[in-house]
Amino acid sequence: MAKQKMRNVPFALKKYSSEQLKGALRKMYLIRKFEEGAENCYTRGLIHGTMHLSIGQETSAVGSCMPLAADDQITSTHRGHGHCVAKGAEVSRMFAEFFGKETGYCKGRGGSMHMADVEKGNLGANGIVAGGIPIAVGAALSSKRLNTGKVVLCFFGDGANNEGAFHESLNMASIWKLPVVFICENNKYGMSTSIERSTSVKNISERAAGYSMPGVTVDGNDFNAITEAVDTAVEHARSGNGPSLVESLTYRWRGHSKSDRNRYRTKEEINDWIDRDPIIRFSSFLVQNSVLNDEEVKAIEISVDAEIEAAIEFAKSSPDPLLSDVTRDVYTEVAQ
Amino acid sequence: MNISVKNPDTEPVEMSYSEAIKDALDIALKTDERVILMGEDIGVYGGAFQVTGDLVHSYGEDRVMDTPISELGGAGIAVGAALTGLRPIFEFQFSDFATLAMEQIVNQAAKVRYMLGGEVSVPLVMRFPAGSGTGAAAQHSQSLEAWLAHVPGLKVIQPTTPHDAKGMLLAALDDPDPVMIFEHKLLYKTKGMVPQGHYTVPIGKANIARPGTDVTIVATSIMVHKSLAAAEELAAAGISAEVIDLRTIRPIDRETVLDSVEKTSRLACVYEGVKTLGIGAEISAMVAESHAFDFLDAPILRLGGSENPIPYNPELEKASVPQVDDIVSNVTNLVKGKI
Repeated sequence: MAKQKMRNVPFALKKYSSEQLKGALRKMYLIRKFEEGAENCYTRGLIHGTMHLSIGQETSAVGSCMPLAADDQITSTHRGHGHCVAKGAEVSRMFAEFFGKETGYCKGRGGSMHMADVEKGNLGANGIVAGGIPIAVGAALSSKRLNTGKVVLCFFGDGANNEGAFHESLNMASIWKLPVVFICENNKYGMSTSIERSTSVKNISERAAGYSMPGVTVDGNDFNAITEAVDTAVEHARSGNGPSLVESLTYRWRGHSKSDRNRYRTKEEINDWIDRDPIIRFSSFLVQNSVLNDEEVKAIEISVDAEIEAAIEFAKSSPDPLLSDVTRDVYTEVAQ
Repeated sequence: MNISVKNPDTEPVEMSYSEAIKDALDIALKTDERVILMGEDIGVYGGAFQVTGDLVHSYGEDRVMDTPISELGGAGIAVGAALTGLRPIFEFQFSDFATLAMEQIVNQAAKVRYMLGGEVSVPLVMRFPAGSGTGAAAQHSQSLEAWLAHVPGLKVIQPTTPHDAKGMLLAALDDPDPVMIFEHKLLYKTKGMVPQGHYTVPIGKANIARPGTDVTIVATSIMVHKSLAAAEELAAAGISAEVIDLRTIRPIDRETVLDSVEKTSRLACVYEGVKTLGIGAEISAMVAESHAFDFLDAPILRLGGSENPIPYNPELEKASVPQVDDIVSNVTNLVKGKI
């Protein structure tokens, strides 16, 4: 009877400590409030350019990175702030990047679309759809050849599943049995074009069969589901069995970028997803299972608010790059 | 004088251009565990131009990796591997096929370091068999080096002798940034003396292949050989041509070119790529914008590929790129003030 009960214990509770789960919740809030902060700064004219917000996809990012070891690596996408935070980046340096400052992760040269934190294993977001996929496979090749034991988690969106780079990369990862996990965050739209209008298969995970690797579709807004699926894929990769494809079903509340007028989807659809906020879903799960109580959830939110506020201040007061440094780092300076 | 010999072995030996490349690859594979070769049919087949030859037998399929026919994915995997600790040397079967991989070369390899604020580097070497003269027509004969030379973040080289092919490849491997090597297919069988063991020929330094006083011919790749042949004929007619083998088209060795023009007062640029918006335009502008302009006694001459895809018919094919006779007649006119 006890055994039977254990089997019904949700994956997250079996696998992770309360501290780890509280940390995961905190990261979700950090992503949400980082992006709300960025959006707010943009509206107030404090930062320029564009941004692709992942509000609504926080559980997918944090849940996917949960099974990773500190030195495992990820590649990310244009909608990559969540992945960056999930892999351990500091929001102060992310804001500094947004503000184009020398203290930013890319010293102000990359901005939102190239956010990276190489020390923490984030090889970078990417402005090209599917651009990071072969790079992830290359990192997995390094892992295998140099015997580092690292697993590479490769994030991309549903739009990328119709790029040639996706298909070529999955094929080569499969024939060479490389330690890479492909995470397709399917948020239903590649910019405005729905998955139904763009993709020949119902579930993107079906593509895995064409490359002889495991493929699974899960609710990416369900922490238990996404974490367990990625955990299985990471173990599969780490034990030398090669790649997997995990399709994480999720939804972006905001438009594709700042220019989006949401003409391709209804208010009802958006509100339906907002009503099922993945962060509230996760915090409710944790409260129901006595991992923490409502006051502690509130305390996390308050501490995140303070961290965001301090991060924005850090960014604002950081030094701008020198104009004379505009060509620095095009090439590596080699000591003569 | 541009050679830094690390391990002066024994006397130089005669080798073909492709053998010299293979020798460099062999040294790299032997001395650096991080080096891997990637490309289509570079394993047991030995490469479309037999450059990698039998290396797979010495180093195995894990280090001499046949890729599927997936130029974009293959190039991107090489970029990712270079970012994370390996030293890939990627062979495109024909340089024309690199058009399929432009995304990874131009958007990723060239820019990752800059976009990430200098936090990473991409020590990637790519080899591009290029050029016309093999009867392979429009999709297997192009000279696209100027495309890549337009992209900051890349280095682009065109060695013209077996000596430089080996030394510059070894220099490219020492380089922390992506180096694109364009190898003219007609050079593969040409022979020359090559030092044994490891040595490097620096990237970014031109070579005065033949000194002269009346006119400077700045040439690239196989056009260096054609220009040298032309210079021989010009000498017989009393014209002393200085032939500069540019060797690197990004970054260009400005000093060597300008010094030469200052000395000779005349400039001709000879290259196989399509003439318009090519290497010759850059060299011409560089001279026109500099103090060397004041030394010019004649207009600048450009001889480049004609404005058409490379045709199949052998005579049409020859007519599409500068030949020795074209160089002789045009440079003669330049020197005699007929241009």
